[in-house]
Amino acid sequence: MRKSGFLASVLAVALLIGVNLLNAAEPIKIGTFLTVTGPASFLGDPELKTLQMAVEDINAKGGLNGRQVELVHYDTGGNAREALNFVKRLIRRDNIDLIVGGTTSGDTLAAIPEVEKAGIPLLSLAGAVEIIEPVRKWVFKVAHTDRMAAAKIFGDLRKRNLSKIALITGDGGFDKSGRTQILKLASEYGTTLVADESYGNKDTDMTTQLTKIRATDAQAIINFGFGQAPAIVTKNIKQLGIDLPVYQSHGVASQTFIDLAGDAAEGVRLPAAALVVAEQLPDTDPQKPILLAYKKAYETKYGPVSTFGGHAYDGMMIAIEAIKRAGSVDKAQVRDEIEKTQGFIGTAGVFNMTPEDHMGLNLDAFKMVEIHNGAWKIVE
Amino acid sequence: MRLTGFFIFAASVALLPVLFPDNYFVTVVGIAAGLHVILAVGLNLLIGYAGQISLGHAAFFGMGAYASAILTTRFDWPGLLAMLVGLLVTGTIAWLLAQPILRLRGHYLAMATLGFGVIVHVILVQATHWTGGPDGLGEIPALSLLGWIVDDDQRWYGVIAAAMLLSIWLSLNLVDSRIGRALRAVRGSEFAAEMMGIDATRAKTQIFVVSALFAAFAGSLFAHQQAFISPDSFSLMISVELVTMVVLGGIASTFGAACGAIALTLLHESLVVFEDYELLIHGALLMAVMIFLPQGLFVGLTQGVRRRWISRIASRQDMKGERNSTVQQ
Repeated sequence: MRKSGFLASVLAVALLIGVNLLNAAEPIKIGTFLTVTGPASFLGDPELKTLQMAVEDINAKGGLNGRQVELVHYDTGGNAREALNFVKRLIRRDNIDLIVGGTTSGDTLAAIPEVEKAGIPLLSLAGAVEIIEPVRKWVFKVAHTDRMAAAKIFGDLRKRNLSKIALITGDGGFDKSGRTQILKLASEYGTTLVADESYGNKDTDMTTQLTKIRATDAQAIINFGFGQAPAIVTKNIKQLGIDLPVYQSHGVASQTFIDLAGDAAEGVRLPAAALVVAEQLPDTDPQKPILLAYKKAYETKYGPVSTFGGHAYDGMMIAIEAIKRAGSVDKAQVRDEIEKTQGFIGTAGVFNMTPEDHMGLNLDAFKMVEIHNGAWKIVE
Repeated sequence: MRLTGFFIFAASVALLPVLFPDNYFVTVVGIAAGLHVILAVGLNLLIGYAGQISLGHAAFFGMGAYASAILTTRFDWPGLLAMLVGLLVTGTIAWLLAQPILRLRGHYLAMATLGFGVIVHVILVQATHWTGGPDGLGEIPALSLLGWIVDDDQRWYGVIAAAMLLSIWLSLNLVDSRIGRALRAVRGSEFAAEMMGIDATRAKTQIFVVSALFAAFAGSLFAHQQAFISPDSFSLMISVELVTMVVLGGIASTFGAACGAIALTLLHESLVVFEDYELLIHGALLMAVMIFLPQGLFVGLTQGVRRRWISRIASRQDMKGERNSTVQQ
């Protein structure tokens, strides 16, 4: 009798341990596909580091809903073909519960058909407005759209009474969709486009296009792009002695741009997320503590922070909040909870998502900043 | 007898989804491999049998894909009709291109096809209005074959497998036909071939067009299967990758090209986990194959096996012969 009681208790303990082990062996899997190498690596690299940091943090605090979180990552190198392959792999092979990612619009747009078919919530970190317009059931995004950037620039132009603008863009996806938005919004804001030049993103000199712009009666120059090219454009403008206000896009809101463009960056304005000017925000700003906390955490670990890493932080946090509220990783429930995100304060602004708006940021999320003595300064 | 290898291959392709239903490597990687096989087999006709190089094959692949994508999304054409028009357009362009380009040889032909590939890629990126530019074209409808809609992985596997087997069968027959023999003669020596009464220019043009049609066919299927295409899938790197597949498997062997395509697809898929070291390992493996099996993976291995087989039979016969001679003594 005593023996069997002992045996039973041993069995019970073994069973308990077994069940616990089983639970522990099944982490929540969050998939991501980012551009960690290639021309857009300065976007994807801080994004990946941020995601890894966030996951480590959650696991150190005991996990999510009592389960550990595992990040499954693939590097697309900025190639949409690879992006689609990796998304298929994440869904079919790695059985992830949710996807945070798509560094570039091209990568995200490539993934959308697959994600919609499989029914997996996706939080994109890319800019193009086409990602959420038309609204798709499973697709959300957390980065500002190119339309918002264009609107912000036009708002600033209006304030300065500048109505004739020259546009110069590259041949990448970001450049092209930015150009489309600027062309669309120009008439709404009563501005006329006096030049619409383009260059190849791998070009090393844009003086030809800028000389043409110099010959027009433009009152300001807008350059939409990211990577090396906008820095070269900015330098060329200075070299040609064109004395016009220069506007860049949020694509260059990183220290790298200032370093690349050097003195020529002085006075350049661009719409950027509040993260780059976190210290200058008034203490009453609800975003300030979040921004400073993220900035400190990132900088102690990896070095200078960038707004792009901030997007990854927002995406991850929105996903985590949604999983917490849903109390499970049931895909439909998590999707519904992401859509119900209200008043979430992230690095990009305050998110209020609705069934019609799968981003939930408004124009206030952008700050117009100017580069002053090699640093960012708020100008509104 | 001539097609024994083909039937064995066809049977194993048909058996895979039955043995491993819902396996990632069958239904997802298998589809990608199947498309690569069509492309490589088509390119092998040109490189392997006609001895002409093309570094712009991704362009034909892209034309087929974009023809299908644009016609079905912008004009609501049925998929099959769009595919046919795509084939027709690509074939015509390939024929026109062949007139000046196939007069060139060796490096010059490589340069010209490379240039063509780059031009098509630039057009795909720049003609935003039609192609969607660098962001690509999405929401391509599923392919419908007489009311049977191909929309899940199993069905796609079936369609791509059938298309792949069709192209291998076509290639095998083409190679053993009069045209195939003419091509091999041209590859050996164009001058000698012409002395034998072969119209070398015509033979080369024909095979160039056929090869482009294979690529366009794969492109159409690719567009419908992925539901999204962008210029990235048709860049110079893809052209180079296709040539690598042909060379890796074994030049001038249909199954060699197919084997190279499957091997390279699987290799890429299984090396992904090594992240930063992927390219390193990838390159090292390719180098190893080229050093130890210079005739290519498939050709090298089958020849090796055959040689061993023959030598074993021969040695057995030798032994028999010796025994016989001892008995005689």
